[in-house]
Amino acid sequence: MKKLDRKQMAARVARDIPEGAYVNLGIGLPTLVADYLPKGREIILHSENGILGVGPKPAEREIDEDLINAGKEPVTLLPGGAYFHHADSFAMIRGRHLDYAILGAFQVSVNGDLANWHTGAPDAIPAVGGAMDLAVGAKNVVVMMEHLTKDGKSKIVERCTYPLTGARCVDRIYTDLAVIDVKPDGLHVVETVDGLSFEELQRLTGVPLRRLATAA
Amino acid sequence: MIDKFVATVDAALADVPDGATVMIHGFGNAGMPSELIDALIAQGARDLTIVNNNAGNADTGLAALIRARRVRKMVCSFPRQTDSWHFDAQYRAGEIELELVPQGTLAERIRAAGAGIGAFFTPTAYGTRLAEGKETRRIGDRDYVLEYPIHADYALIKADRADRWGNLTYRKSARNFGPIMAAAANCTVVQVRETVELGELDPEVIVTPGIFVQRVVRIPVTLQKAA
Repeated sequence: MKKLDRKQMAARVARDIPEGAYVNLGIGLPTLVADYLPKGREIILHSENGILGVGPKPAEREIDEDLINAGKEPVTLLPGGAYFHHADSFAMIRGRHLDYAILGAFQVSVNGDLANWHTGAPDAIPAVGGAMDLAVGAKNVVVMMEHLTKDGKSKIVERCTYPLTGARCVDRIYTDLAVIDVKPDGLHVVETVDGLSFEELQRLTGVPLRRLATAA
Repeated sequence: MIDKFVATVDAALADVPDGATVMIHGFGNAGMPSELIDALIAQGARDLTIVNNNAGNADTGLAALIRARRVRKMVCSFPRQTDSWHFDAQYRAGEIELELVPQGTLAERIRAAGAGIGAFFTPTAYGTRLAEGKETRRIGDRDYVLEYPIHADYALIKADRADRWGNLTYRKSARNFGPIMAAAANCTVVQVRETVELGELDPEVIVTPGIFVQRVVRIPVTLQKAA
């Protein structure tokens, strides 16, 4: 079996984003997806702090402190891009105008509950940002994460043990091992990485998986 | 004659009382009114409730206000950052209160205050610990959480250009919370890069109409470009 690295995961997610989509990329791993969007497809990136049409990172001398993304990194604006205030920005999110939110996660449950904002540690300083709005608002909520924790436990779980970001909100999970759809009747495996059988994925994941007719 | 221009940041903030609720514009450093915050520190008001998306970065701006121990409570969506050490230390010591609000709910609560809305139902945070203890309602096939507006005594805003009526334009993503905070405060104080004559701002591009603005101070700065 050959696990996908972070760049390969980003490229795999990017491949599925269709022409014309409005997309919000979460901070961290999802941000990498921007670098792998298929050439020739017009895909418009949204940033919570009031930008549609986010462009690539600027050259050092082009950095403008008034033009940053939600991760507070300098960005550029594509021709056709627009600026707007925060309430409009979250109207786009909550009002179901965004086609895709791509989010990192600590855990996803079999019914699509998402935990990605808080480890639950009592001494942690909580911070939520826009995660809860994206989880309930985007037409497609897509999670991108490693399949297993560092000590080998599945991050796809029966019930989330970390505090929830949103209930029953995840539509699809991309991991370094598989692509899995969350449906009312359970988790459907869309594909697995080369050399990984459905049975082995099932063993690593723990919770019941369903085999799509087209999956390995 | 209406003239909202004030000569100095100190004069613009002279009447802020202890215990005031102050909205501070800005997302990270974009739009943060640093000179107004410095003036608020010098002015000395304490026990403030501050509304901002974050809880200060590094040692300047909002972080300096927190370091000066003027903030009793932070209302924000994302306090924890790699350089939020002044907030972190006071929070861990139990010296500063935190009301954590999802970012879109924060924006909408501010908008609602300025728009005269009494409360609203949002799907955000339903079923999570940030909705614990809050009224909920099922409307159609979705569950919602009842949220109330956030009013402020003062809003401190950094905009780009203003005329003497208080009409404002912003610059790029430094617009963020400015337009909604301007409407949500009893007294909106704005620092701008440039002041212009009435009629010079294209009415089609005025983002915050002057009705939402009480005081304007010009802070001449060269547009910042990193070296």
